[in-house]
Amino acid sequence: MRDVNAPVVRARNLTKRYGPFLAVDHIDFDIRPGECFGLLGPNGAGKSTTIKMLHCFFPPSEGELSLFGLPAETHAREIKARMGVCGQEPSLDPDLSVLQNLVVFARYFNNTGREARRRAEQLLAFISLSHKKNAPIVSLSGGMKRRLQIARALLSDPQLVILDEPTTGLDPQSRHQVWDRISHLKMEGKTILLTTHYMDEAETLCDRLLIMDHGKILEEGTPPELIARHVGGWVIEIVHPTLEVRAWLSERGLAFEETSARAVLHPPDAEALFHALRQRFPGCSCSLRRATLEDVFLKLTGRELRE
Amino acid sequence: MNRRAHGLSWRAVRVWQRNLDVWKRGWKINFLPPLLEPIFTILAFGAGLGAMIGSVTYRGQDYGYVQFIIPAIISISMMYSSFFETSYASFVRMYYQKTFDAMMTTPLSAYDVIAGELLWGATKPVFYTSILLCVVSVMDLFVGGPPFLHYPDSLLLLPFCVVPGIAVACTGMVCTALVPHIEDFNIPFFLFVTPMFLFSGTFFPLDQLPDWVGIVAQAFPLTHTVRIARAATLGRLEAGLFLSLLFLAVWTLVFGWLALRLMRRRLLGTNLPG
Repeated sequence: MRDVNAPVVRARNLTKRYGPFLAVDHIDFDIRPGECFGLLGPNGAGKSTTIKMLHCFFPPSEGELSLFGLPAETHAREIKARMGVCGQEPSLDPDLSVLQNLVVFARYFNNTGREARRRAEQLLAFISLSHKKNAPIVSLSGGMKRRLQIARALLSDPQLVILDEPTTGLDPQSRHQVWDRISHLKMEGKTILLTTHYMDEAETLCDRLLIMDHGKILEEGTPPELIARHVGGWVIEIVHPTLEVRAWLSERGLAFEETSARAVLHPPDAEALFHALRQRFPGCSCSLRRATLEDVFLKLTGRELRE
Repeated sequence: MNRRAHGLSWRAVRVWQRNLDVWKRGWKINFLPPLLEPIFTILAFGAGLGAMIGSVTYRGQDYGYVQFIIPAIISISMMYSSFFETSYASFVRMYYQKTFDAMMTTPLSAYDVIAGELLWGATKPVFYTSILLCVVSVMDLFVGGPPFLHYPDSLLLLPFCVVPGIAVACTGMVCTALVPHIEDFNIPFFLFVTPMFLFSGTFFPLDQLPDWVGIVAQAFPLTHTVRIARAATLGRLEAGLFLSLLFLAVWTLVFGWLALRLMRRRLLGTNLPG
């Protein structure tokens, strides 16, 4: 009998080369059943390449990869039949109506006829698009299109759902609706792999995270664990720190991240330091706030632009 | 590469079905070009040019000019419909609509997607040929003289049209695998489709031209398509046409293999190990 707690995804030494370039560099990770697993990293970190290997788009250059206990190289069809993928790029079929998009796509999974239609209608209700079922794709808003693309990934009732930046470019209302649908999927017990550039999204939705950069894994853990491990509970931000302020901080041996406009500190005793700072420099514009995942992310991956 | 996981399977039919569904959505507009285009061509070349030319000698017998070019017009529409489908139309689905990327997240393999597109490319000539056979048969009712379509031989064009259909569809798909931008389809059109349109024994018998042109023309799939189509519509089928059929089959094998290999490479991105 198969172990119900066996990982849904198991990657060991997973590597992808494009010529001499190492896009994914010998990484190990597991995704456990029922969890929402976040894959974070700046542009070019290797997230998309990792995801493409997971949905058997191309094989790894090296390493082992299995999903649902099946090796990816030999069981691509079985694996793909058990997962749903909502890619980053819009790929709805503009030549078909909303409902047809789902019915035609279901056929790729060999779901046909009345059953496929029933499932499609049910999913349209799930994403509140039943009223648009005969509309052409061009008439949908950005949020509607994204919801439909998520619904399309659910057609085969997959065990693993891959959502690659599902909220990028959406307005706050649509974003919250997508979050709500993802939470719903979590409640249904689906395993979810999510990538996002919004740290609040990762903090809210993900049970466990993996932060990647330059093809390697930098960190792994739950959002509170990562925050506690790297930035503590509180953060002090100083806007336009003067030379005196910097000297004062340096005297105390406090490390800080600096941009042209501000200094960011994650000191162990933040509250006391904050009050001392305010007392010593009353005119200094500084604030004390709770640490977030974004602080962790920027601390680990740096603040330089990735272009 | 694991064949069962990544090779070709019956699932290619699902891709063909998707294209058929899209075609059915716009059928009212989709059946106008095959209906009107050949009527215009027959009118211009037949009534206009034909009146000046009179008759053409083909395999030792004289035929009216319209009778002579009707099988060529049918063959050209077979070629255009399948070439257009796997060049421009497939390119739009691949490059702009990301349709293939979405399909490849399902149990379909890259080969299934490509093969489904090729099958669809070979299906387009069926629509065109059926409509044309109807149109020309109606013309036969109203125009006197020897019939444009010799029956029942002309009915053979219907099963036959998928043969040049698949041969040309594979050629179009090879172009789709290679062109960087959609405008670059001008090159295969200018170097391959247009010369074929003119020099495949379409509008005049090949023996009107220097010998070497006739020899080069033997390398065109359209030359062989026209030869078979003409023999059918004029009721002069013969065993020698088997060689033309063989040519189209070999062409399909070569270009079909190239289409699958090159297209898969393009869909998966280059530098693919294995």
